[in-house]
Amino acid sequence: MSWAGPEDIYLSTSLANYLDKKLLALLRDGRKLFGTLRSFDQFANAVLEGACERIIVGDLYCDIPLGLYIIRGENVVLIGELAQKAEEVASDLKGTMKKRMDFLDMD
Amino acid sequence: MQLFFSYFKDLVGREVTVELKNDLALRGTLHSVDQYLNIKLENTRVVDQDKYPHMLSVRNCFIRGSVVRYVQLPPDGVDVELLHDATRREARGG
Repeated sequence: MSWAGPEDIYLSTSLANYLDKKLLALLRDGRKLFGTLRSFDQFANAVLEGACERIIVGDLYCDIPLGLYIIRGENVVLIGELAQKAEEVASDLKGTMKKRMDFLDMD
Repeated sequence: MQLFFSYFKDLVGREVTVELKNDLALRGTLHSVDQYLNIKLENTRVVDQDKYPHMLSVRNCFIRGSVVRYVQLPPDGVDVELLHDATRREARGG
């Protein structure tokens, strides 16, 4: 078993790499909050900008916009980095579909 | 009491399954650990994916140490003798 050496300072489980990223925060009460991480501290308190709570029932989900949130660390179960590609592809698809529908003059 | 922190540091890079107190079980590569035994997993997959659809696009995650129930390790990931010795040393020296 090795003991802490100078190289170990690089091995740190900090949320710094998650800053300004769109994340999923799972809370102890089962809530799923989505938002952009703006700040955190040693207790895993977190500031989420543009937060929304996603409520999922079977195949359906809906987002409740919440705005700027500070989450107390003790309620945090997990903070997950969302695969940018998946979310981007989904919203890109939205954009192209709308462009294709432009000729329909829906507005 | 740095024993398990040091132990987990040696396991970085190994495949582990973390079972949380809310019964969610995550499998992934141990990326890093800290003094609170917070865990960062890479290549995360949920054991029972159908039950947790919101986790579908999560590849990397940070798990707060306080919510971990178990960390399941590969059987060859444990050098029991080493762990045993370290524990005895800790108990003696404190």
